[in-house]
Amino acid sequence: MPATSAEPLTGSSAGQRRGRRVWSYWRFYLALSPFYILFAVFGLYPMLSTIVLAFQRWDGLSPRRFTGLDNFRFLVEDPTFWLALKNTLVLFFMSTIPTLSIALVLAVMLQSAVRFTNVYRIAYFIPNVTSLVAMAIFFSSVFSTNFGLVNAALRSLGIPEQDWLGEPWGIKIAISTMIVWGWVGYNTLIYLAGLQAIPKEQYEAAKVDGAGPVRTFFSITLPQLRPIVLFTVVISTIGGLQTFTEPQVMVGNSGGTGQSGMTIVLYFYRAAFLDNDYGFAAAIALSIFALVLLFTAINWRIFRVRGDAS
Amino acid sequence: MRYRWRGIALHAVLVFALLLFMFPFAWTIIMATNSTADIYRFPPKFTFGSQFDDNVRHVLANIAFFQSMGNTVIVAVSTTLLVLFFDSLAAFTFAKFRFPGRNALFVLLLATMLLPAQLAAVPQFQTMAILGWVGSLKALIVPGAANAFGIFWMRQYFQNSIHDELVEAATLDGCGFMGTYWHVALPSARPALAFLGVFTFVGSWNDYMWPLIVLTNPDHLTLQVALSQLNRSHGVDYSMLMTGALMAMVPLVVVFAIFARQFIKGATEGAVRG
Repeated sequence: MPATSAEPLTGSSAGQRRGRRVWSYWRFYLALSPFYILFAVFGLYPMLSTIVLAFQRWDGLSPRRFTGLDNFRFLVEDPTFWLALKNTLVLFFMSTIPTLSIALVLAVMLQSAVRFTNVYRIAYFIPNVTSLVAMAIFFSSVFSTNFGLVNAALRSLGIPEQDWLGEPWGIKIAISTMIVWGWVGYNTLIYLAGLQAIPKEQYEAAKVDGAGPVRTFFSITLPQLRPIVLFTVVISTIGGLQTFTEPQVMVGNSGGTGQSGMTIVLYFYRAAFLDNDYGFAAAIALSIFALVLLFTAINWRIFRVRGDAS
Repeated sequence: MRYRWRGIALHAVLVFALLLFMFPFAWTIIMATNSTADIYRFPPKFTFGSQFDDNVRHVLANIAFFQSMGNTVIVAVSTTLLVLFFDSLAAFTFAKFRFPGRNALFVLLLATMLLPAQLAAVPQFQTMAILGWVGSLKALIVPGAANAFGIFWMRQYFQNSIHDELVEAATLDGCGFMGTYWHVALPSARPALAFLGVFTFVGSWNDYMWPLIVLTNPDHLTLQVALSQLNRSHGVDYSMLMTGALMAMVPLVVVFAIFARQFIKGATEGAVRG
């Protein structure tokens, strides 16, 4: 934990201070208070009531009723829940694997480019700061059945046009294309920063030992980059499990044909704010939280345990 | 000679990637300057047209664009200023002072970063209803006025960039706690503040799910929600939709262009150091 560092800190020594009353530090507590007060009111309190709500039935108007594990039983028995879970995971893999692989290749290339690197960096990053709603509209137009750009390209190649946003796999391809477009640049720059932090001597030593570029990549670059890869996988996991805007704008609240764009957060949004089934929505929210924890733990194990102690 | 060809091939791939990243913006502008009929034919029109004025007029007729833009600016600017002040003040306190409970409070702060937003959404809506904030911009500004990520990030910066002697000297000169924060900490943290500011501004400008939930009055929306409403009601008039998207995107791209270097530096630094 970074907070336990033993560096000397301003003010009189700990011995002198020990005797004083806690409230003599009021300035510091006051300086920290905005975050903790806001967290208590808009974070902790709602989260605790979500846990209570998950065991209740409530439509927002009539009094709450305790129903035990009913919400969870409905959840497990609802095929849409499992479909949403499956869709979320499929979308996560369909978008994360291409995103991170392309980003790694681009980062390695960008590292050996000498000129224009700042132009590339800025241009690659821009998709990441662009409005998701605007881009979801853009990608629905590109994948639209009648004369969308993708179908125009297929037609000019003599391939029959596809009903992208009306077909289960088409929906997933359109959504993941948008996620890949939005996140490759961000991850490229993260990898680039990681590559630049690898000491040059290691590469020189490898060269002296006669290692080729491929060998060097797998025995020096990748192992050194492992913490960075973990970081990008964790970020992608947290983001990917919470995919909402892309399907909601592209195929609507229903999740589109065969509910193929129904993600777990869209499922939650529908239960809470369209069906006003608050207790059930709270149970979904808890399952999303459990999912995020589970996946973070899995990532951690894969990337940490297999490596050395560093 | 061999190296030269390799360099050309390298830049060819990098430029190709750049064109792919930039293509949606170019195509958005092409669509916004043409009529939907021009775009939706085979082969599609790839040149700029002259329909931009018409398209803008249609957007303005269908959504309260300037009002939504005004709302978005109010939310993004006030959230950013509040976050910069509260986060940097808390970060400075964590980085440079010792007080009982400091480590416990910091661990708690880190733990809050793991919690997904949906976990709070339902009761938070009820809280807003009790406060009478449903439909009001306060519901967007207040809950996000301080955040764990910003405090964590600024704390790292203060630890590395401000020497303890400097803080001590300021204290000896009679600068109080707030004086030291204002005259010593803030001026030295400009690059970090620039990053956190742009990060917060962009996030707030693009925020979608919570405004969609809490802004219940269809005449009083943020840009993102207004845009999605336009999409819902005019799903086939892509020229108009892309004009709206373009108009909603421009201010953000300008802000990003001004701060791009500091922003990218800040966004990638954290990953390597952490």
